[in-house]
Amino acid sequence: MATYNLKINGKIRQVNVDPATPLLWVLRDHLDLPGTKYGCGVAQCGACTVHLDGTAVRSCQLPASAIGKQAVTTIEGLSAKGDHPVQKAWLEHDVAQCGYCQAGQMMSAASLLKTNPKPTDEEIDAYMSGNICRCGTYLRIKEAIKSTAKK
Amino acid sequence: MNTTKTTHNRRSFLKTSLLSGGGMMLSVSWLSSFKSADKLQTLNLPEQSAMLNGYIQITADNVVKLLCPNPEFGQNVMTSLPMIVAEELDVDWKNVVVEMGPHDNTKLGAQFTGGSNSVRMYWKPLREAGAAARHLLRQAAAQTWNVPVEEVTTKAGVLSHANGKSANYGEMAGKAATLEVPKGLKLKAPKDFTIVRKSKKNVEGQKIITGKPLFGLDYRVDGMLIAMIQHPPAFGMKLKSFDALQTLKMPGIKEVFSLKLYEDGFEQGGFDTRTFNDLLVVVGKTTWEVMNARKKLLAQWEPVGDTKDVMAGRGGKREVVVPGGLESTSTQLEKMQELSQKPAQQLRKDGDPETAFQHAAQVIERTYNAPFLAHNCMEPMNFFAHVTDEKAVLAGPLQAPGWIEPTLSKILNLPADKIEIQMTRMGGGFGRRAYGHYLTEAALISRKAKAPVKLIYTREDDMTYGIYRPMYTATYRAALDANKNLIAFHVKGGGIPEHAIHANRFPAGAVENYLAEGWQIPSNITIGAFRAPRSNFNAAAEQSFLDEVAEAMGKDPIEFRLELLKRAKENPVGKNNEYDPDRYAGVLTLVRDKSGWNKPGNEKYNRGVAAYFCHNSYAAHVVDIVTRDGQPYVERVFSAMDCGIVINPDAATNMVQGAVVDGIGNAFYGALTHKNGAAEQSNFHNYRLIRHNEAPKSIDVHFVENDLDPTGLGEPPFPPVFGAVANALYKNKGKRFYNQPFQNEMDKRM
Ligand code: FES
Ligand code: FES
Repeated sequence: MATYNLKINGKIRQVNVDPATPLLWVLRDHLDLPGTKYGCGVAQCGACTVHLDGTAVRSCQLPASAIGKQAVTTIEGLSAKGDHPVQKAWLEHDVAQCGYCQAGQMMSAASLLKTNPKPTDEEIDAYMSGNICRCGTYLRIKEAIKSTAKK
Repeated sequence: MNTTKTTHNRRSFLKTSLLSGGGMMLSVSWLSSFKSADKLQTLNLPEQSAMLNGYIQITADNVVKLLCPNPEFGQNVMTSLPMIVAEELDVDWKNVVVEMGPHDNTKLGAQFTGGSNSVRMYWKPLREAGAAARHLLRQAAAQTWNVPVEEVTTKAGVLSHANGKSANYGEMAGKAATLEVPKGLKLKAPKDFTIVRKSKKNVEGQKIITGKPLFGLDYRVDGMLIAMIQHPPAFGMKLKSFDALQTLKMPGIKEVFSLKLYEDGFEQGGFDTRTFNDLLVVVGKTTWEVMNARKKLLAQWEPVGDTKDVMAGRGGKREVVVPGGLESTSTQLEKMQELSQKPAQQLRKDGDPETAFQHAAQVIERTYNAPFLAHNCMEPMNFFAHVTDEKAVLAGPLQAPGWIEPTLSKILNLPADKIEIQMTRMGGGFGRRAYGHYLTEAALISRKAKAPVKLIYTREDDMTYGIYRPMYTATYRAALDANKNLIAFHVKGGGIPEHAIHANRFPAGAVENYLAEGWQIPSNITIGAFRAPRSNFNAAAEQSFLDEVAEAMGKDPIEFRLELLKRAKENPVGKNNEYDPDRYAGVLTLVRDKSGWNKPGNEKYNRGVAAYFCHNSYAAHVVDIVTRDGQPYVERVFSAMDCGIVINPDAATNMVQGAVVDGIGNAFYGALTHKNGAAEQSNFHNYRLIRHNEAPKSIDVHFVENDLDPTGLGEPPFPPVFGAVANALYKNKGKRFYNQPFQNEMDKRM
């Protein structure tokens, strides 16, 4: 067990966990931030995507000990009022079916748009293909990303 | 399976009551009759619906709260069902608040999400609920204003009279609550709809995009423990002994125990399917700790041998022998090949197919195979349970709380009214969550651990401890005479552990001489409903076969199907044909026109078409393949649907698009195989799901416009995707593919 002061959604949160505990479970089980989802635990589905210093990472693969001073942003902290351009685009296109994968999809999309504000279809595919949607909402996700890029 | 009351006479009981704060609540109970041939066959549901009850609450400050009776797994019922009430209530959708109802089959009906039933089942009752409430509000206004009720009109939640008086619903709700519920209400004509048929956004959209704890896996209470099950490593194995010493030394671990899910002789209902009966359970404080500690278990497993399950059913109790043995896909395929040559059970026969085949100028015979499929709901199976001697509280993702409650009641020895099941939003269902064994497991674990517990399946558990889509095969034969007329059709289907044949579906009824047969091989690999059960294989095989027959006859595949449907309509062969030829032809002509079939401008594409009827609705797709990086890629799809009145068009379009993506993914990649009883796939690195870059660039969805009562949409668009993909793939690769998943056949891996 070790104590960490993690910077999460702009706040310092203290946790006492086994250093190997993936950030995903730190968020879900210790910090009551269940917006970040478990889908595979092996970096294959993207449901657990969060931002580490603004870049998308798979939180199921990131041990608590490796976070250090890097800032973590989860879906709960993507925007204060749920009005990040990606979130707005997701509502506008009514993207979700079951919705389970969508936090991960939005975190990936927000990270993509930050470095590449006008991605092509191919760039969207390349960046987003680590995020599985079992309900098959891929077309709407792409439309939502593209509509954000237009603004 | 428990049926409460059934009747063919429609009666309704409406009850009003005063809400605290002066509003009204309308409870409506129906004894309604509804029949669903398709559902009966595929899901073994009771023949008529149970009592149905919808709730409308209107507060004095004019907030209209509508309860959604059915669990939500992404098909958007939390939006579409309340829309139906709101339509007849004539309320402003902006003022509507939707909440998931509690589990209460007496008040809220069957509460089953699956079989494409939700909208179909609740369409009439919810409309009547809305109409009754509206009438009471008008009556209240009429009495208050001293005018005849006929002169009180409503518009978007406002009551008014020509004399200038007006009031919102909230103002009249208190009085309305004291009035007698009327009889013989008139429902709106479809042309007057203002909410239904107008796209409305998902009522939980804002919660989804902000990561609110909506799902079962997100549910928690203070002091809740986490449990995981170590299941046997292979089908056909069971627990012999275990040593938990190392596990118990790990941080956060509370206890390890073994558990028997069903006692010997337990009478299983149709949805009590469970994969393994002897479970080894680790209980601890957090998910990660339990996950890790479980790896330290030293367990010995042994072969189960043949076992007997006792099944309860409509025909009474019966014993089913579950064969022991460690099965492998390769030997299963050999066994299927062997049985396909043997005599099978006749399911339907028209004319004299034997003679017709003997005299045929040409016989086309093809065999199709498809593997087990894992549902792979994005949210793995999980359930919360807190069971004490007095009561049981459970919460989590489940498609049919009413089916598991009697099971729980028996196993926990608690009366049904001491069992509370809360329905969380589900991260996908696809049929998997109709089987509530994981809920019973959670309940037993909680009782033994004497604590609130959340049972969690890891992805590996979820995939290897499944209730899969069965493994299917079918051999189709067509006889052509010297003039290339289709004179006989024969299908012989088999599977592990069931065949998929729907003997009374198309092309039955359209061919003079017809024979359908089926056979099956029992297995210990557990199977169950998977999005459009059986149809998802039939549509793939039959629609590929018809494509090949059309080609042999020198006919356009759409024209060929339309000719058969014309025959089925004008001069149907045999009895009990399940489909409506007009609606079937309707989706084919719609997809033909919308896709520009045979029209110039589409030369770049390798096109395939398929159509199918299942779950009371009709679907047709044209799939357009191009070669991309040397691989076939479905770039574009056109879909035509006939599901009657479409409640929420944009959400319906989303669901069809999702079904198309799902179908393409499973056709190309989906497969669960076994070696010596053990699943060979365990996570998404070796069970391939379709991803962003493999999804089409466009899926153009069209609905046949008619005023038929809604007939369901979750499943029907899924099956024909497989056939259309297969037919387009033939055009792309110049060869036919008979074995799913097609990517494996292309790579020669099956
Ligand atoms: S849970 Fe992390 S990628 Fe799937
Ligand atoms: S919306 Fe269900 S998994 Fe993506």
